[in-house]
Amino acid sequence: MSKLSYTKALNRALGDALAEDPAVFVLGEDIGAGLAGPTLGLLDRFGPGRVVDTPLSEQAFTGMAVGAALAGRKPVIEFQIPALLFLVFEQLVNQAHKFSLMTGGQTGVPLTCLVPGSGSRDGWAGQHSDHPYSLFAHAGVKTVVPATPTDAYGLLLSAVRDPDPVVVFAPAAVLGVRENVTWELAPVPLGSARVHRPGTDVTVVAVGHLVHEALAVAEELAGEISVEVLDPRTLHPFDWAALAASLERTGRLVVIDDSNRSCGIGAEILATAAEEMRLTAPPRRITRPDGAVLPFAPALDRALQPGREQLLHAVRSVVKNPWR
Amino acid sequence: MTDRHLPDLADPEGRYRMLRLIRGFEQLALGLVKSGAITGGIHPYIGQEAVAVGVCAALRPQDRITSTHRGHGHVLAKGADPGRLLAELCGRVGGLNQGRGGSMHAADLSLGILGANGIVGAGAPIAVGAAWAARQAGEDRVAVSFFGDGALNQGVLLESLNLAAVWRLPVLFVCENNGYATTLPAATAVAGSGTGRAAGFGIPAVEVDGMDTEAVREATELAVRRAREGGGPAFLECRTYRFEGHHTMERRMKLRYRSTEEIEHWRARDPLERAAAGLADGRRAGLDAAVDAELAEAERFALASDHPDPAGACDHLYADGLRPRAGAVA
Ligand SMILES: Cc1ncc(C[n+]2csc(CCOP(=O)(O)OP(=O)(O)O)c2C)c(N)n1
Ligand SMILES: [Mg+2]
Repeated sequence: MSKLSYTKALNRALGDALAEDPAVFVLGEDIGAGLAGPTLGLLDRFGPGRVVDTPLSEQAFTGMAVGAALAGRKPVIEFQIPALLFLVFEQLVNQAHKFSLMTGGQTGVPLTCLVPGSGSRDGWAGQHSDHPYSLFAHAGVKTVVPATPTDAYGLLLSAVRDPDPVVVFAPAAVLGVRENVTWELAPVPLGSARVHRPGTDVTVVAVGHLVHEALAVAEELAGEISVEVLDPRTLHPFDWAALAASLERTGRLVVIDDSNRSCGIGAEILATAAEEMRLTAPPRRITRPDGAVLPFAPALDRALQPGREQLLHAVRSVVKNPWR
Repeated sequence: MTDRHLPDLADPEGRYRMLRLIRGFEQLALGLVKSGAITGGIHPYIGQEAVAVGVCAALRPQDRITSTHRGHGHVLAKGADPGRLLAELCGRVGGLNQGRGGSMHAADLSLGILGANGIVGAGAPIAVGAAWAARQAGEDRVAVSFFGDGALNQGVLLESLNLAAVWRLPVLFVCENNGYATTLPAATAVAGSGTGRAAGFGIPAVEVDGMDTEAVREATELAVRRAREGGGPAFLECRTYRFEGHHTMERRMKLRYRSTEEIEHWRARDPLERAAAGLADGRRAGLDAAVDAELAEAERFALASDHPDPAGACDHLYADGLRPRAGAVA
């Protein structure tokens, strides 16, 4: 048995992907030095032809990765900060994502983007604290947010093997999480949700680091309310069947999601559940405010993030309030 | 609008004082990162002070600047109050941005400081826009964009050079080439040279010793005079060095991208010592004491300032006061 950290799990997945397929290569800023963690030691192991340190030219190297993918390679780009995705939205959404359809299926673009440290990091302020996974789900890019070390390993490996572009968000708040691993690490299929804790009264859908908050709330409420914690793991394509099955059991839904409220993935989950699934009470979601920009001061930053107290309150209220 | 220079930087003593203020401010901030009063760390400017002071010495109060993630030196040299900058770093309501921005977004619009910036290269087009607006308004203000060698590889920086050149805008591009973008050596990342790139757009470009305040000031004065007279943009590449790590986080990591000899070589060229050598005998101690007193007062002010009320976390999200919906139904 060993303790596996989330960052180490990403590191293992990249190492295994590089080892199993010579088409795979990793590129990004300061990755030779392993500054962010996931690429630590890979340059020594695989050399500068497979682990490529780039100048600060995100648009060019993302576009270059698209080109390399069209030429048969499988690039993995590590982005130092989530805001860099805004710079390369063109290359990811308007180029990589559209090639399969626009070429009539002649090619896919097997490109993986890894964002270690997404969401708030204490004290990094407005331009370094975004969590834009809903933007990619909205655009239709495959989008993954692992919550645990074993899922981080399994989903990143599947993302690299996938024939389409995939963006993998590794929230800053889980990078330090460690897990006892007694089994072989294995790939986790994209598009499959995971029930972390079964329950019968309320389904809490939690995204990324918030899975751990949801589990804490479920534990706190045990004996009073039976909470099922469902982690979608992949936001696009979403495992709607798993959500429907869970709501068949509970009939009540609360979503906790680190997106801005309007047009966030939490909104989509509530809407789909309301349209298509069994709900015995009005659903709730906990998100960042509409259009939030995280302020610098730690107390202000925390005030805008979805939190445990709000979740506790929402779970109690959906149990008390059926449709009128 | 008659002042030729930022008043504090008009003479060599004033410039020494500002170099020393920036150096002392950064040392103070490093201590407050360690103690936890500053969250998130900082990108220290220590070693590069001659660039901020030399450039700002050639500016007027109405001129505007855009800065970087390593911005404290620029912000202070353009005239920001050290106490309010420090309070900002500590996330207090008395800060320049009321604790909303922090180190990487420090701004004082009343002084023409359009902000430090968390995105490499992002300040360049903003400076171009400020210069364009000034020219349209018939004002003889210039705009200065500070950026690092890493930003030379951002497409938006090259696009900005082009706009400034084709429209002959009064903007000065100041590249602080400290040899590295985080761990990446500029020598392995920049094809050709910064000045060569600017020259490719027809922009007059010179290399300057970025450890020499007076050399930077003289080059800037030439460029700024020409820009005010309608002669268009200019590009300065200041060769400099940061004495500390890229970010305070780096102190906890064992990174080996710079040799001890290299660091010692550059430390021996300390811009502060160079400026001190030009002072009249016996003046240094008095200036140092005055700066130390000012910094002690800045620290007192910053730490006495209140923490912001979490209820106001969405204040200022919109200029018209629009309140967003909260993240949860009460
Ligand atoms: C567009 C962009 N890419 C990457 C980063 C992450 N990052 C922050 S500072 C930095 C290095 C910048 O180097 P340089 O421009 O030379 O400035 P220096 O840090 O040397 O002052 C990097 C890669 C960023 N903030 N913005
Ligand atoms: Mg640099």
